[in-house]
Amino acid sequence: MQSIEGIELVAQEVDHHHEHPDLRVFGLLLFLVSEGMIFMGLFSAYLLYRSGYEVWPPADTEVEILLPAINTAILVSSSLVIHQADEAIKHHKMGAVRGWLLATFIMGVIFLAGQVYEYRHLEFALSTNLFGSAFYVLTGFHGFHVCIGLLIILGVLLNSLRPGAFQDKHFGIIGASIYWHFVDVIWIILFGLLYLL
Amino acid sequence: MTTAITYSSSRPQWLKYFSFCIDHKVIGIQYIVTSFLFYLLGGALAGLVRAELATPEPDLLDPSLYNGMFTLHGTIMIFLWIVPVVTGGFGNYLVPLMIGARDMAFPRLNALAFWLTIPGGLLLIASFFVGPASTGWTAYPPLSILTEQKAGQVLWILSIIIIGTSSILAAVNFITTILKMRRPGMGLFHMPLFCWAMLATSVLALLATPVLAGALILLLFDLCFGTVFFNPAGGGNPVVYQHLFWFYSHPAVYVMILPVFGIISEILPVHARKPIFGYKAIAYSSMMICCLGLLVWAHHMFTSGTPDWLRIFFTVGTLLVAVPTGIKVFSWIATIWRGKIHFRSSMLFALGFISLFLIGGLSGVMLGSAPIDLHVHDTYFVVAHFHYVLFGGSVFGIYAGLYHWFPKITGRMYNEFWGRVHFVLTYIGFNLCFFPMHILGLQGMPRRVAQYDPQFTDLNIICSIGALILALSTIPFVVNMVYSWVQGERAGSNPWRALTLEWTTLSPPPTENWHGEPPLVTDPYAYGTQIH
Repeated sequence: MQSIEGIELVAQEVDHHHEHPDLRVFGLLLFLVSEGMIFMGLFSAYLLYRSGYEVWPPADTEVEILLPAINTAILVSSSLVIHQADEAIKHHKMGAVRGWLLATFIMGVIFLAGQVYEYRHLEFALSTNLFGSAFYVLTGFHGFHVCIGLLIILGVLLNSLRPGAFQDKHFGIIGASIYWHFVDVIWIILFGLLYLL
Repeated sequence: MTTAITYSSSRPQWLKYFSFCIDHKVIGIQYIVTSFLFYLLGGALAGLVRAELATPEPDLLDPSLYNGMFTLHGTIMIFLWIVPVVTGGFGNYLVPLMIGARDMAFPRLNALAFWLTIPGGLLLIASFFVGPASTGWTAYPPLSILTEQKAGQVLWILSIIIIGTSSILAAVNFITTILKMRRPGMGLFHMPLFCWAMLATSVLALLATPVLAGALILLLFDLCFGTVFFNPAGGGNPVVYQHLFWFYSHPAVYVMILPVFGIISEILPVHARKPIFGYKAIAYSSMMICCLGLLVWAHHMFTSGTPDWLRIFFTVGTLLVAVPTGIKVFSWIATIWRGKIHFRSSMLFALGFISLFLIGGLSGVMLGSAPIDLHVHDTYFVVAHFHYVLFGGSVFGIYAGLYHWFPKITGRMYNEFWGRVHFVLTYIGFNLCFFPMHILGLQGMPRRVAQYDPQFTDLNIICSIGALILALSTIPFVVNMVYSWVQGERAGSNPWRALTLEWTTLSPPPTENWHGEPPLVTDPYAYGTQIH
């Protein structure tokens, strides 16, 4: 064993670098399970609060549903759009990938703008009552995740402008797409809880 | 992709311990040393708390300072000592070596997780100086949102969020590494039991830590931005915080003990020269504790207006946890039964662990049943219980692990005589310090108060003497470790003639762990049954 140590070492290193599996998608999914648990905790808290009130939302803290419904439609469609980028990279169509990513980015920005508009026109504030607190913190925390998602998409978009980008591996696009779907799913639950339930 | 940073010979080796090094062994040592320093700090705070309690009157410390001190003591011991040393320290050092991997799945993420604990720890220390958080490690509202020490409480929250993030990143790394990076040919049931324990721990940390983060974010908003989540005056509900907090913090006790169970399962067979008894039972019981651990949080809230039917549910759930735990204890006893036991320091601490954890586990069963808990809630009985599981359990197991793997980590042997002295002092000091607290609690002495009724004085003096012995006991340990690391005898690759994979490489192991292919071990506990 000792005598062939050097030879084995060389063989092993080549082997090792070649075979190391790309585990980033698996890791990202685990991380999103964890992120999802933050939201599950917050949603459970919201439901506990709600169960303690007879009238919910309390008087004077009504929310409009039209704008958020449009916003929801935009965010859900953007998930389909980024999926197209995911498909396009499988066929190495870089132009299409950039186009779909840019479209997703713009839709995300519109969603955030819509949310800011909604914030500015609501009659209640963060400290008005329990519903106000929950509404702003939950939507704001989700909006923060949308911002992160947008930064990731922007990063991948800029990265894709490099010559020879995503030749053999394209974790960036898959990762951004998975994250964006996650943000989308969380919003659907949140929309149901805050506006419909 | 995962090659560790290699250092040219011109650069001093010790520098890597102060850098963003991505070698899992360096990161493991970084965790162990850093968290041990925090342990000394947390211990010093405990010493001051015990000094104050040596007399019934609050004469040594200002009572509000006393509150800040036990808060910082608890927070440091949990978040900066036990959790990081058992997961980040032992987990990082051992898991890749035990499964025959070159490194963790995400080495950079691993280094990031370690380096997050530094600002987290510094923020926590800083919080002490801006007006210490004085609400215990639980930070229950409304006390924590009405506190006058607002700045300290805010820093405390930020610190825990940062350390929690580090914990989540580490959990992602461990699960991926254990499930996806095992040496070809090593099935899940060929893994050493420590890896099973780390898998269960990481699942708990992954699922529960974020819920604490959510609770702390809400608490932060209540403190700083006028929201009313936990403020009854504004229509909020402080009990919701307790639910979210304990949804993490009960599993956190398993995060702190499961890896130690793993350490004990490694040490006993080696030093008793017998195969582990009930490998699969121990592996499954770790996963069972993981599942049950997520379902019993409200047994911390029996006195928080929890409805009766919930109390029954959480009592039964809590008692069920004793089943997988009992499986482990019986398996360990069966392992050493009629073995050829070598009473080395690591084995002494492992046996000490079993005896003390058993006491802590049984008082846990008592506290888990609502009728008893209603009487002794927030008394010293609870303090006695959790010190028996976290000190008598976790810390004894950590010491056992440190002695056991010291030769592997440093390549040197420690001094056995001083190791045994350390054990004897720790065992005596620990029991003197914490056993009387059971009696104090049953007599009704409340926890978390600087002043107490003079009838409790005698027992409190015994506790404080025990604490002094405990403090002294760390001296032989530290001297032994430092001196042996520099001057100890060369250990060779396998001084204990152990069969798990980490002993098949050099001590300390080279970068990327093996020169050549790691050997295949399919029965890591075949002691005395065959020639390996």
